[in-house]
Amino acid sequence: MTAHNRVDHSADNADELSSAQSEVRVLDKSRPRSENMAANKIECNACPVLCQITEGRSGACDRYANVQGVLTRVDPLVLLTRDTSTELFVTGVGAGTTYPDYKPAPFMVSSTLNGVDMVTVVTEGIFSYCSFKVKIDTDRYLGPERASIRHRGEVVGHVTTAEYGSQMLSLGGVHHLTGGSKKEGRVTCEMMMALGNKQAVELEIEGGVQLIVQAGRAPIVDGVEEKRMRVGCGSATIGIFAKQWFGHVDEVVVVDDHITGVLSEHQAGRCLDMPLSGIKMKGRKSTPGRYFQVANPGQGWGGTDIADPLDIIEGFDAEHARPGMRLLMTSTTGEHSAWFVLDEQLQPVPASMPSAVQKVVDRIVENCEPSLASVLFLAGAGGSLRAGVTDNPVWLTNSIKQAITHVSCGGAPAYVWAGGGITVMVDVLRMPDQSFGSVPTPAIVAPIEFTLRLDDYARLGGHLDCVRPLEAVVNAERDRSVHWAVDDSQWPLHQKPMLG
Amino acid sequence: MQPQQQQLLDGRWHFQYGPIDLIISADGERSAIDRALSACWTRFSQILPELVEELHVLRQPLKQMTWRASPVARRMVRACWPHRAQFITPMAAVAGSVADELIDFFVAEPEIKRASINNGGDIALHLAPGQSYAVGRVSDIVNFAAESQGRFAIDAAMPVRGIATSGWRGRSMSLGIADSVTVLADCAASADAAATMIANAVNVQHEAIQRAPANSLKDDTDLVEQLVTTAVGAIPAGLIQRALENGACHAQQLQDEGVISAAWLTLQGQHRFVDKALDALMLPSRQAA
Repeated sequence: MTAHNRVDHSADNADELSSAQSEVRVLDKSRPRSENMAANKIECNACPVLCQITEGRSGACDRYANVQGVLTRVDPLVLLTRDTSTELFVTGVGAGTTYPDYKPAPFMVSSTLNGVDMVTVVTEGIFSYCSFKVKIDTDRYLGPERASIRHRGEVVGHVTTAEYGSQMLSLGGVHHLTGGSKKEGRVTCEMMMALGNKQAVELEIEGGVQLIVQAGRAPIVDGVEEKRMRVGCGSATIGIFAKQWFGHVDEVVVVDDHITGVLSEHQAGRCLDMPLSGIKMKGRKSTPGRYFQVANPGQGWGGTDIADPLDIIEGFDAEHARPGMRLLMTSTTGEHSAWFVLDEQLQPVPASMPSAVQKVVDRIVENCEPSLASVLFLAGAGGSLRAGVTDNPVWLTNSIKQAITHVSCGGAPAYVWAGGGITVMVDVLRMPDQSFGSVPTPAIVAPIEFTLRLDDYARLGGHLDCVRPLEAVVNAERDRSVHWAVDDSQWPLHQKPMLG
Repeated sequence: MQPQQQQLLDGRWHFQYGPIDLIISADGERSAIDRALSACWTRFSQILPELVEELHVLRQPLKQMTWRASPVARRMVRACWPHRAQFITPMAAVAGSVADELIDFFVAEPEIKRASINNGGDIALHLAPGQSYAVGRVSDIVNFAAESQGRFAIDAAMPVRGIATSGWRGRSMSLGIADSVTVLADCAASADAAATMIANAVNVQHEAIQRAPANSLKDDTDLVEQLVTTAVGAIPAGLIQRALENGACHAQQLQDEGVISAAWLTLQGQHRFVDKALDALMLPSRQAA
């Protein structure tokens, strides 16, 4: 059972609380709004109905009940289980919240790990300061850096940096949730909730592509599902496969929007003592065998806009080139490839690719990992939420920084950013389904749990009187068990925080 | 706790605020559904605070027509008005009235083919011309798997946009002993109030039936000290027939007055239709699992 309103949360009382903790008389239940309320009743403040509930009964919603004078939530709580043991972990999913937060968090659960008493403080946080960082595995050009990203016509985020084989997007965030129009806030909130709950979301990048993003699935760019990441940039591809091509080719061009590689000029070709082919490339030469901007970004070969690879070749220098020379052109994913032989006029003529060369192209394909969209939830729990855990919020922050307290979201391990506050980042795929909700503020509701040794919890001023054994929670609360599906996630109780 | 919304895995939406739980589904053009959902959500968060303002009046027996400020409260009063000769408070139609108030946002969008808002078993429907819904009925929640349950179809041509089910096992308290009374009416509020009244009428006296004053079970109930059903043991077949007859009689009267389209009553394995037309609605029963 859970004390949801053990303290009257009028604003006056809150002011007093901040100054002198010890002198505050903590009411066993909130003071009745009506003077003639019977003594065996409590008033529920979970919704505007403000039911006055007699002991042993539930309110109009059947979600909250008066159990021995304490307002108690009777909604199911999500428990995590594992095949390999009988261990249970209580998640914040369905835990509710006690905002304003000087009320103790809804659940404080004690359990034992290797003979040490542990406690997990379980709550659902209401996050205004939160966003999703989305990594789209693609070499395709999605849109300019800093471009706005729209969802149902509203700006909900922006394109951020390009990373190795991928494009990063930032979606949501406080400025879209509460800093813009009401509609912008509502649409942002709905988009964030869907994204966090592992659903597909349609996005439009200004000056760029239409995108469908779903955690753990291949991104869909302008209606085409992405298949594979590139093995590396064009220059890296040359470096990786030069030895395997050697003897079967006179020249290889790996077409890439970033750096196009040319084998005979490249350091890898020089070390193999390959003669120069005399190929003259378009674009801007960087270092030998490496070319920038051979074409414009697009949906063609290697993330460029070209459909015919010969478009990026200006010709062959007769000083080095000779008839019969063999030329391989391929993209960085191997999805596009072509074989040419130079004729008497030193013009490349398409021919069928020898199997030895085809084998290396196939190996490029094999080395390209499947394209995915990965969705990380980023949120700040460094604010008032901490008061539900301890009387002195900064102690909670410090205990996390000192690797005493482990933070998880729905049981999933959360990375804790370096610097001030408790800014956490978590992969939504590791969280239970339907972990995210929203409130009309608008803000996102997400589960968060703090796990630490019971004696440490006492030292940092925890609400010890609210700690209940795991068995008592499982027996007293309606719950539903969720299988711990992500095998490579560490069991929350076994973890030290992932500190930045 | 503020109102919350979640999209369920099957694409339906769950809105919850205090005692109100809605399951919303819609088919049609995506942007039209998004517009309707947004408008519906905005209105949804206003309804409960509005109703709370007038709650003390809405819990009083309905005797005369009085103007209520909240549009949902006006729907409640209107739906309960035909039943005022007996004890009824507007609360008898609260669930259906909320569903009706919100379904209008879906009706307003021509690109939405059909939509339903299920408020704890009281369902408001929107059907564009040519559309239909298949509806499943469960009268025995306890033995859900071993169901002898029914399925029927509501199509756009029928004058039915509301479905409600009442019974002593449900969340609301009943004066009668029906396992379930399902009513089809032109809106969810009318169906809700009528199902309550018909379920109250499915009644006999027998020692296997346990009753308790409503206010000994729930605080601030509009039923005050009236005896509500808390348990129904096995009763003789003849009494089952008589109880169903009492309910069917009342349902027939409401049907004659044009308050409802049809009703289906069940009690301990026996059932009664008030309108033969309902037989035509029945689809083949799903095989028991």
